[in-house]
Amino acid sequence: MSVPIIEVENVSKSFGGVIANRSVSLSVPRGGITGLIGPNGSGKTTLFNSIVGYHPIDSGSIRLEGREISKLRVQEIARLGLLRTFQATRIYGKMNCVQNMLISIPHRKAGFFDMFASERGEVVERAEHLLAFVGLYDKRFLRAGSLSFGQQKLLEFAMALMNEPTVLLLDEPTAGINPTLINGLIERLKRANTEFGITLFIIEHNMRVIMNMADVIYCLAHGELLTSGEPGAIQRDQRVIDAYLGAH
Amino acid sequence: MNSARLQPLTYWLLLLIGVAAPMLFPDYTNQIAVLWLMIVFALTWDILGGQMGYNSLGNIFFFGAGMYVSAVTQIGLYYDVGMYTSAARTTHIAFSYSQYFTGFALGTVTGGLVSAVLAIGVGSFVFGLRGPYFAIGTLGIAVAAAELVSSWEWVGAASGISLPVFPGGPETQKLFFYFLLFALSFILLLFLRWLYSTNFGLAINAIRDDEEKAEGMGLHTRGYKRTALVIAAFFLGLSGAIFGNMTGFIEPRDIAFPTTTFNIFMVLMVLLGGKGTLWGPVVGAVVFHVIKEVTWTYFLGWQYVTLGLLIVIIVVYFQQGIVGWVMEKYPERFGIQIAPKEPEEIPRTAGLATQPGGAE
Repeated sequence: MSVPIIEVENVSKSFGGVIANRSVSLSVPRGGITGLIGPNGSGKTTLFNSIVGYHPIDSGSIRLEGREISKLRVQEIARLGLLRTFQATRIYGKMNCVQNMLISIPHRKAGFFDMFASERGEVVERAEHLLAFVGLYDKRFLRAGSLSFGQQKLLEFAMALMNEPTVLLLDEPTAGINPTLINGLIERLKRANTEFGITLFIIEHNMRVIMNMADVIYCLAHGELLTSGEPGAIQRDQRVIDAYLGAH
Repeated sequence: MNSARLQPLTYWLLLLIGVAAPMLFPDYTNQIAVLWLMIVFALTWDILGGQMGYNSLGNIFFFGAGMYVSAVTQIGLYYDVGMYTSAARTTHIAFSYSQYFTGFALGTVTGGLVSAVLAIGVGSFVFGLRGPYFAIGTLGIAVAAAELVSSWEWVGAASGISLPVFPGGPETQKLFFYFLLFALSFILLLFLRWLYSTNFGLAINAIRDDEEKAEGMGLHTRGYKRTALVIAAFFLGLSGAIFGNMTGFIEPRDIAFPTTTFNIFMVLMVLLGGKGTLWGPVVGAVVFHVIKEVTWTYFLGWQYVTLGLLIVIIVVYFQQGIVGWVMEKYPERFGIQIAPKEPEEIPRTAGLATQPGGAE
C-alpha cells in the first residue's frame, strides 16, 4: 500500500458536553475505496465535517497528502482537491443540470477575471459526458430542483466528478435511493475510482454496498474507533456486531 | 429558439422608446427620466436580492454616497467646500460652462468609483450576516449615513447643498439629464445581460440556491459576493451623481438617503416584476412607476396607503412577480424545462440501473 492520502491523527471533537469524536486516528490509502461504518450517532458525519473543514477540531491533526489541513476553511480544502457530498442531497435547485455542472468546475487556480469567463466548448462537453455517465443526459436541461431525490443524488455525484477531486468523501451515497438504482450507483462509484483515479472515502449504512466496494473499513462506535480491517474481517468481528446490536 | 429571436428585437425596441419618448411626450420628460432611474434601482437591487439571494435594504447608501461625492468633487475643484456650503444660501456662486461640465463629468465618475470602493468596505463586514440579519445590517448602514451627513457641517448638514446651476435653458437641461439616465439604464441592462451569461451569473445563482454547497465545491464565494456588491454600488453611485445634478439641490434625508421611499421602491419594483430575472426589474419598474405616478396624482394624501397595500398584495399573493409568473406559465418560451410529474419512478430507474443508455 502506498502513502496514505488522508491521515487523521488523534482527532477529538465535542459539542458542548457531547463528545462526538474521541481521539480518532485513521488513514485513507491513495487510490482505494475506504469505508466508514458505525451505528447512528457514532460520529461518522462529525469526522467527515472535521476533515473537510466544516468546523474546527478540538485537538489532533488532519493531513491531506502530507499537508496539515485542520486549520483551513472549507473552500480552501475543496480547492486542494478534497471534496464531499452531503447526506441530504445538495444541488442548486433553480438552475438546470448543465448549469449545475458548469459552476462545479475546479476553482483551484481561479483568478479575478475567471469570474467573468464563459465556459463553452470543452467544458460543456465534459459536463454532458459526465451527465451521461450518471445517466442524466436526457434530463440535462431540466431544473435540478424538479428532479427526484435519487436523480439529485446522481447529479450531486456528477458535480463532484466535474470538480476533478483527488479524494471524494461520500456521506451515505445510497441512503434514500431506490433499491433498484443502487447497483448502478455502486458500479459508477467503482468506475469513478478506477477510471478517474479518485480516492473514495465512504460513509455507508448499507452493509451489502460497503462490503462489496471497500478495500478497508473503519468502524466507529460512541465516537471512538472500534476496529478496522478488510471487509471480511469486519463482518466477522464480534465487537462490530455488538456495537450495531447495542450489546455492551 | 423563440426567445433567442425575440431578444435583440426587445433591446432595439427599448432603445427606440428611450430616444423617442421625450419627443412624443415632452411634458413628461422628467417623469420618464425618473423612470429610467427607477430601472437602474431595480436592476442593481436584483443583482444581490434576486440573482444572489441577499436581500439588501441599504442599497440607497451607495446612491447617496455617489451623489455627495460628486457634489463635493464638483464644488471642490473650484471652491472651498465648507465656504461654499455656508455661503450658498446668501450668495449666488457661478460656474462657467467648462467648469460645470468638467466638474460634472469628473464628479460623476468619482461618485461611481468611490461608491464602489465603499462597497468593498461595507461588503467585508455585512456579508458575515445572512437572511434577515443581512437586510437589517445593510439598512443600518443607510440610516446611519443619513444621520451622519445630516450633522456634517462641511457638506451643508441637514440643509443640504445647492449644486452648480446647469449652464443652459431648462429644455436642454431636461433632455441632458433624461438621456444620461436613459443611457445609464440601457448600458446597465446590456452589461447585466452579459454578466449573467458568464460564470459570474452561475456563481451568484449557486450562492442563492445553496451557499454552503457552493463553499463546499471550492467556489470563491466571498469574492463573488463582494464583486456583486461593488458592481451594484458603482452603478448606483453614477445614478446618484446624475440625479443629484438633475434636481440641483441635495440633502441627506429625502434626496440622498431616502430609506423609506427610493430604498423601499427598489425592493418593491423587483418583487413586482419578478426577482432573479433580467427583465423582471425593468417590467416591475415600469409598472410600479405608472402606479406611483397615478396614485401620487389622483390619491394624494393616500399614496402611502396605496403603496402599503401594494406591498401587502405582492408579498402575500404574488411573490413570483410578473415575469416570474409568465415564466411559470410558459416555461418553454424561456428555455426552462421542468421535470414532468412522475408518480411511478420504479420503471425508469430500473432501466437506468441495468441498461446503459436505456434511461428514456
